[in-house]
Amino acid sequence: MRILGVSGSLRRGSYNTRLLEAAAELLPEGVEFEVFDGLKAVPPYDQDDDVEPAPEPVALLRSELAGADAVLFATPEYNSSIPGVLKNAIDWASRPLMTNALRFKPVAVTGASTGAFGAVWAQEELRKVLGALGARVVEGSVPVGHAPTRFDEDGRLVDEEIRAQLADLVTAVLAAVEERSEAATAAPAA
Amino acid sequence: MDARSRPLDVGFEVPYLVGTFRGQFRDIEGRLVINEGGTGTLEGSARVASVDVKDEILAGHLQTPDFFDAERFPEIRFRAEGIEVNGGEVRGSGELTIKGVTKAVEFTGSITAPAPDAYGRDRVGAVLSATVDRHDFGVSWNQPVPGGGNALGDEVTINAELFFTEAE
Repeated sequence: MRILGVSGSLRRGSYNTRLLEAAAELLPEGVEFEVFDGLKAVPPYDQDDDVEPAPEPVALLRSELAGADAVLFATPEYNSSIPGVLKNAIDWASRPLMTNALRFKPVAVTGASTGAFGAVWAQEELRKVLGALGARVVEGSVPVGHAPTRFDEDGRLVDEEIRAQLADLVTAVLAAVEERSEAATAAPAA
Repeated sequence: MDARSRPLDVGFEVPYLVGTFRGQFRDIEGRLVINEGGTGTLEGSARVASVDVKDEILAGHLQTPDFFDAERFPEIRFRAEGIEVNGGEVRGSGELTIKGVTKAVEFTGSITAPAPDAYGRDRVGAVLSATVDRHDFGVSWNQPVPGGGNALGDEVTINAELFFTEAE
């Protein structure tokens, strides 16, 4: 099994990227995990450019998503919503709509912010967007407010309550992947 | 009589903004059994993948977990025992399964008397209607409208127009 992490924050030392790394440590042995690092290279969406072959960074994004059994998103909150760079990448990923790599794919959403609310609005927006393109958005979100207090100097999560919530989210994603693969085995023609 | 349906029309209507959003399932099958006393059984199913609406993007969205979740629940099913046929009227209560959730649903409608077709087999036509709350079945997507309220209504009317041909 392979899980892809996508962080909506590009900066070095991003709390959201750290959150994904903390989630990765909760995965059972044998589950591969990687944080996608090509988000910054994805060009602005332009339908004129949305042709085959896709721009290289878009092709990479799509193939990484397609190769993952599930995707874990961590988003900061910019102006009460998700960062443009993340939305832009998702817009590329959603095309073509009926065959996009996220359609029916289990996805989960978490997010960190320096304020009190832990990117709850951005997470809600992201869940909506992922649902619209056909992803299987697992229940639950993990809002991480006051992010600087939740990680130590080395960027490791030190809040056990949040770790427990992350573990629940990871469990829900893995269960969705298992259920999907069982269904595919049971009815390969469906 | 024991009759199979010709695939005809099973559709739904739900209030959407100031109008009505309509869709049809194209791949359906059904069976109707009517006993001597006017009671009977009606059962049928529809393939979610066959949903047909005017906008193909919306048709695509209807397949996803936001709505019917065709990957996990490819079929919608209905089964009603003890339906009552009285003159040209039919009514009954059955179990409707959408998205893996089964709920009791009442329906009413009209039904024709059996009439022979060109091959001597009896045919029956029925027009049935039922109303459900889509949230009961976990079909709960919505979108707030900037002016207030939600884009999509909760109450869905299911309409079925069916022709049955006597089984050989």
